[in-house]
Amino acid sequence: MLIAILTGFAFAVLLLFGGKLVKGKLSILSTLIPLGLFIYFARFIGDVSSHNFIQENFSWIPSLGVNLSFKLDGLSLLFCLMITGIGTLVFAYTSAYLKGHKYLDRFYGYLSVFMGAMLGLVLSENIISLFVFWELTSISSFFLIGFNNDNPASRKSALTALGITGIGGLLLLAGGIVLGNISGTYNISEMLANRDLILGHEYYILAACLIFGAAFTKSAQFPFHFWLPGAMKAPTPVSTYLHSATMVKAGVYLLFRLSPVMGGTDFWNTTLTIVGLVTMVYSAFHALFRTDMKGILAYSTISALGILVFLIGLGTHESFLAAAVFIIVHALYKATLFLITGAVDHQAKSRDVTQLSGLRKVMPIVAIAALLAAISNAGIPPSVGFVGKDLIYEGTLHMENSVVLLTALAIITNVLISYAGYVAGIKPFVGKLPKRYENVKKPPFWLWFPPLLLGTLGFVFGIFPVLIQNTLIKPILWSIGLEASEVHLKLWHGFTPVLGLSALTIGSGILLYFLLKPSHKLISFIAKFDKVSPKYIMEKMTWAFARFSAFWTNVFQNGYLRNYVSTITLFLIILMAFTLLQETTYRVDYSSFAKLTVYEIVILSILILAIGLIVFAKSRLAAVVATGIMGYCICLLFVFYSAPDLAMTQFAIDTLTVILFVLVLYRLPKYLKLSDYKMRIRDGILSLAFGGLITILALEVLAQPVNSEVSDFYAKNAYLLAHGKNVVNVILVDFRGADTMVEISVLAISAIGVFGLLKLRLKSVERYQK
Amino acid sequence: MKTLILRTASNYLLPILLLFSIFILLRGHYLPGGGFVGGLIASIAFVLHAFANGLKNTKRLLKFHPGFLMPVGLSVAFLSGILPVLALDEPFMTSLWMHHAIPVIGKLNTALFFDIGVYIVVQGVTLTIIFTISESA
Repeated sequence: MLIAILTGFAFAVLLLFGGKLVKGKLSILSTLIPLGLFIYFARFIGDVSSHNFIQENFSWIPSLGVNLSFKLDGLSLLFCLMITGIGTLVFAYTSAYLKGHKYLDRFYGYLSVFMGAMLGLVLSENIISLFVFWELTSISSFFLIGFNNDNPASRKSALTALGITGIGGLLLLAGGIVLGNISGTYNISEMLANRDLILGHEYYILAACLIFGAAFTKSAQFPFHFWLPGAMKAPTPVSTYLHSATMVKAGVYLLFRLSPVMGGTDFWNTTLTIVGLVTMVYSAFHALFRTDMKGILAYSTISALGILVFLIGLGTHESFLAAAVFIIVHALYKATLFLITGAVDHQAKSRDVTQLSGLRKVMPIVAIAALLAAISNAGIPPSVGFVGKDLIYEGTLHMENSVVLLTALAIITNVLISYAGYVAGIKPFVGKLPKRYENVKKPPFWLWFPPLLLGTLGFVFGIFPVLIQNTLIKPILWSIGLEASEVHLKLWHGFTPVLGLSALTIGSGILLYFLLKPSHKLISFIAKFDKVSPKYIMEKMTWAFARFSAFWTNVFQNGYLRNYVSTITLFLIILMAFTLLQETTYRVDYSSFAKLTVYEIVILSILILAIGLIVFAKSRLAAVVATGIMGYCICLLFVFYSAPDLAMTQFAIDTLTVILFVLVLYRLPKYLKLSDYKMRIRDGILSLAFGGLITILALEVLAQPVNSEVSDFYAKNAYLLAHGKNVVNVILVDFRGADTMVEISVLAISAIGVFGLLKLRLKSVERYQK
Repeated sequence: MKTLILRTASNYLLPILLLFSIFILLRGHYLPGGGFVGGLIASIAFVLHAFANGLKNTKRLLKFHPGFLMPVGLSVAFLSGILPVLALDEPFMTSLWMHHAIPVIGKLNTALFFDIGVYIVVQGVTLTIIFTISESA
C-alpha cells in the first residue's frame, strides 16, 4: 500500500525530468498511473466485502508513537476507488481539455501529488500521518487552483483556499494531539478501544471542536464554505476531481472515521446536525442566484456536503447508510456535471447559463451525459440518485425528535439541488441554438467519454443496487462498527411515505425549473447581502490582521541597528532583573577568588582605557580600532585562564571583524554625526544596568555548586574513546560532532544570506542606472 | 594599500600562512588548534593577499568563487558522518579508526575528515562574506 501511495509522488518527481514526453501526444499515457492504482485497489474488493481489512505498518517515529500505518477497510476502499477511478477519467479528460498547454506536465505533476496525498489520507491509520497527508492535499490544491497563475483572481482564490484549509489542518493536528494525549495512542483503531476514556474526559469538547474545525474547513461547511466557489477558478478537471468528488469529502471522511471514536454524544450530534442543516439550506438557496455553470455546481456541491455532515450528525443506522450511499451518488453525478461543464466551456467558450442553449444539436453525446447526471441529481428513478434520496428521507423520518422540521429542510434542499442540476445539466442543451454556437465543433473523444461513462454508471447502480450494496456499502458500515447484514438497497420499496416525499421533491423541482429562469438580476440581488456574508467578514478580518502585523513589524523592525540592540538589551535587563532581584542573596565569598596578578591588572586597565576611547572617540575608525583592542584584551584573559583554543579562535575572529569594519567604514563619508547627550545618557544607563546585572549573574553562578559530571566525562574519555588529547577539539568534532555539523550549516546559510542581500541590491542599482 | 613591501611580503606569506593553517588544523587532535581556527587563519591569509594585491588578483589566484567551498566542505563533513551509517550500520557521526597505520601519515579516522570539512566551510563562509562586502562597499 505504501508503494501505491508513493506512486503519485514518484510520478510527479519523474515529470521533472521527463515532462516533455507528457506534453505531446503521449499525455494520454499518464492515465495509466491512476488506472493501474484503480485495478490494484479493485482487487481488494473481494477481501473487504467478506468483512476483512488489510493493514500495513512501517515505523516512522516510534518514540513518539507516530507510525506510517495504513489500513484498508470498507470506508478507505470506497475513497480509494473514487480517487483512482475518477482520477483515471480526469487524467484522460485533461489530456484533451488542456491539450498543448504550456504547463501540462506541471499540471499532471500536481494532480498526481494530490492523488498520492489523498490516498495516503484515506488509508492512514495514524492520526498524525493522516494530518501530514491532509496538509499535502491542501498544498497540491493550492497549486491546482492557482494553475492559471497569470490571473490575479486565480491567485487570490488559491490563497484563500490554502488559508482556510491550512488553518483546518493545524486544528486537525491539535485535535489529534489532544486525542492522542487522552487515549495514549495516535492509532485510530486503538483509540476506539479507549472510547469511554475519551468521551468522559474533560477535554472531550475541546478535541471535538478541533476535529470539527478541521472537517468543516476542508468540507466547506458554513461559515467556511466560501473558499470552494472561489476554487472554481481552477481548470475544470481540478474542480471535478478535487472540489467535488474527492478532496472536499476528506472532512466528511474524517467525521465518518472518528464517529465510532468520538461520536454518539449530544454535543457531537447536535453540532453536526445544525452545521449540516445550515450549510445545506444556505448554499442550496445560493445556487439559485448563480448563472455560471461552475458557480451553480459549486454551491450545490457545498449543499451536498452539508447533507453528508447532517446525516452523520443524525447518527442513526439509517442515516449512516444514507450518507454512505449518497457519497457514491454525489461523486457520480457531480463529477459528470463538472465534466460536461468543462466540455461546454472548452467547445463553446462560455459557462453562462443565460447565454447557452440548444447545444444538444452540436454536442449530442455530451447532452445525453448531462441529462443522465441531471436525472440522477434530481433523484428520479431509475437512477442511483433515487435510491440515495429515499435513504435520506428514511434517515430523517426515523428520528425521534423534530421529524417534521428535519424532513422539511431535507426536502427544500433536495428541491433546490435538483433545480441546480436542471439548470446546469439540461438548460444549456435545450431550446433554440443561437447563431453564434452553430459552428461549435464536436468535443473530442476524451471530453465526452468520461462524463458519459460516469453518467451511465449512475443508472447501472440505480437499476442494480446490489452491485454497490455488497461490495461497498456493507463494508463501509462495518468499518464504523455498525451491523450491516440487514442492508438491502432497493429501487422500488412499494407505496410508502418516502415515495410520496420523493414524488413531491421531483415535482417541485421541475415546477421550480419552469417558474424560475436564471438571470443576472438575481445575481445583483444577492450581491446586496455581500456585506454580511462570512466571506466578506473573513476578508475584513484578514485585512485587519495584515494591517496590524505591518504596524507591529514597522515598530520593531525599524532598520536602525542601535534600536535593535537597545530593544534586545532592555528586554534582557527586564527578564534578568525580574528573577535575579527576587532571589539573589548578595553574599560574595571574596576568599574564594584567586589573587589578581600584575598581568591581569595591566590587561584590565588597557581594557578600561579602550572602552573609554570607544565612547569618546571622534572618528569611526578610532572607535573600531579600540573595539579591536578590547577584543584582544579579552583574548589575553582567555589565555591566562587556560583556554588557548578559545583565545586562538577569538584572535582570528577579532582580526577579521576589524578588517570587515574597516572595509565598510573606509567608504563612508568622513563627517560623523555624534549622538546627542540625551541619547548618550539613555544608552549609558542601559549599558550600566546590563553590565551590572551580568556581574551579579556571574557572581551568582560562581556561588552555585558546580556539577562537573559532564566535563569530567569529556576529560576522562577524550583520550580513551576518541584517542585525542585536546578535549575541546574532541568535543567539537567527535562527542558533539552533530552540533558542529549544524553550526557549519548555519554559517553557510548566513554567508549565502549576506551574498544574496548584497548582490541582489547591486543588481537593482545596476538596473536603475541603465 | 598598495605598498611594495606588503605586496612582496604577502606573496611569500600566503603559502606560509596556508601551510600554517593546515598545521593548526592537524595538530588540533592533541594540542590547541582545529578546523575552525585553521579555516580562519587560511581566510586571513587570503584577505591579507587581497589587501596587498587587490581583490581582483586574489580572485584570479583562487580561480573559483570562495562560495563553492561551502557545499564542498559541508559534503565532506556530512560524508564523514554518514560513512559509519552506510558502511557499518553504526549511528550517525560514529568515529571510525583505521586498524593499521599508513606509513608516514599514521592512523586516520573519520573525525579528521569531519574537521577538514569544517576547515573548508569556514574558509568558504569567511571569504564569501568579506569578498562580497568589500566588493559592494
